[in-house]
Amino acid sequence: MTLFLISSVAKILVVFTVIMVGVALLTLAERRICAWMQDRLGPNRVGPQGLLQPAADGLKNFLKEETLPARADKVLFMLAPAISFVPALLTFAVIPFAAPLPTPWGDVDMVVANLPVGFLYILAFGSLGVYGIVLAGWSSNNKYSLLGGLRATAQMISYEIALGMSTVAVLLLGGNVTLTDVIAKQSESLFTWNVFPLSLAFFIFIVAAFAETNRLPFDLPEAEGELIAGYHTEYSAMKFSMFYIAEYSNIVTASALMTTLFFGGWDIPFTTWDNAPPWTPLKTVLTLGAFTLKTSFFLFLFIWVRWTLPRFRYDQLMALGWKVMLPLALGYVTIIATAIWLLHDQLGWTYDTRFALALFGLNLLLAVPLFFVLDRGHLIAGSVAEEGGRA
Amino acid sequence: MAIGVKVMKRPGAEVSYLRATLKGMALTLSHLWRPKVTMQYPEEKSSKDWTLSPRWRGTHRMLTDEQGRAKCVACGLCPQICPANCIKLVPGEDEQGNRYPLIYEIDEFRCVFCGYCQEVCPEEAIHVGVHYENSEYSRDRFVYDLERLCAQTHPVSTLWDPSDPKGE
Repeated sequence: MTLFLISSVAKILVVFTVIMVGVALLTLAERRICAWMQDRLGPNRVGPQGLLQPAADGLKNFLKEETLPARADKVLFMLAPAISFVPALLTFAVIPFAAPLPTPWGDVDMVVANLPVGFLYILAFGSLGVYGIVLAGWSSNNKYSLLGGLRATAQMISYEIALGMSTVAVLLLGGNVTLTDVIAKQSESLFTWNVFPLSLAFFIFIVAAFAETNRLPFDLPEAEGELIAGYHTEYSAMKFSMFYIAEYSNIVTASALMTTLFFGGWDIPFTTWDNAPPWTPLKTVLTLGAFTLKTSFFLFLFIWVRWTLPRFRYDQLMALGWKVMLPLALGYVTIIATAIWLLHDQLGWTYDTRFALALFGLNLLLAVPLFFVLDRGHLIAGSVAEEGGRA
Repeated sequence: MAIGVKVMKRPGAEVSYLRATLKGMALTLSHLWRPKVTMQYPEEKSSKDWTLSPRWRGTHRMLTDEQGRAKCVACGLCPQICPANCIKLVPGEDEQGNRYPLIYEIDEFRCVFCGYCQEVCPEEAIHVGVHYENSEYSRDRFVYDLERLCAQTHPVSTLWDPSDPKGE
């Protein structure tokens, strides 16, 4: 009990600190990588290679004036940044980030809270994040903010469904909603990583994750060109900064989730040495490294996509969400459930590399026509109705 | 009458989303390693792609003769031609009858940097300079007096020559 309390408090402190520092560095990484992609250098003045730039930004935000619109709903206006900021951080609590650490008093799970319902917890808190944005848009008493907030609601609710549906496939394969078990199930070999047996689920998940985190090409709630930054138009100083931190924490969490659900979590590929007891501190450190690497890759992907793709138009966004992603996710769950039933219950296979490869083959078969159709663009309307009235 | 709106005919079946996305991402990724165009200003003031033009018309400079006196003979042409009326000249005369400026001040805030003063000067004394870093802590520091104009060391503008329009 004492070990649990002490280790929990220690983990909370460490994880919180690491995420806050990570978010700070991520803002810098975003600015530098975007600069590099545009053949610029980016902020490199404050500290070596600009490493202290986030600190300078933070200081600036602390010193700036807090504005409060005259007709704003004061309570909600103050509360909204916190409401968007807290769920973003809370979600990370159930993500296992390394192999258990042995201590003289027993093994410590490297997850802040090893909830048996970790998965549902993530879905629950993921949808709470939208409240912060909606309330911010509503309480600012500003048309643009309100529009941004409305867009955020519609967008996040639409893609939440596709996100949830795509993870159902993971649950079917994992047979459990505890994230540690989901990871354990994937760790057998490289091909048992869920990204192989469930490639299309990963595709749906990543698209939905971009929409959930309000990143380009789905950053409709902000849309600086049309909504003047949308829901946070009226915010300044630290309150604005909170939205910023929330956005980046969401990205960190989404990346960690992708790692956990589809890329084997903290599993080191090509070896099973790291997955089984006896646990050693070396294993913990190495698996933590593997987790960090994978997560960093997805963080980079978020930045990379943002500085490549243009924004969707709103009706295209909705059409993609409801007419493509949702039916796709539903159909996919059906197909995967059938396949698993066939392989597991009828043929009696247990989950191993062979099982995963069979499902991977199925995914490839499905992916070819899907990507062909998606690529031809019949599913997303162009900017002008085609002649003959078909939208 | 209705305005004739041009309706673009969009390609339907040939439209590519995924391929275009991947292509774009490959492009942005390749730019990560390309040479950067940023000029790191205070350290680097010119690069092979960008140098200040020799015709640049910046803050003024008064040239001096071998004795270190201003070449100006206080003829009064520059205040006469100055469209912004920013040159203040009070002429003086010494015992040998040589004219010289008692007061020669240029208000750089009024100046429009047309370069007429340089063009009109018969003694090639006043010049606009190839220079752009002019910050000061107070506004009155922008009225340059004769001493200050003579003390400037930056290169002077070559101006535009109608007989050699490309500066060759």
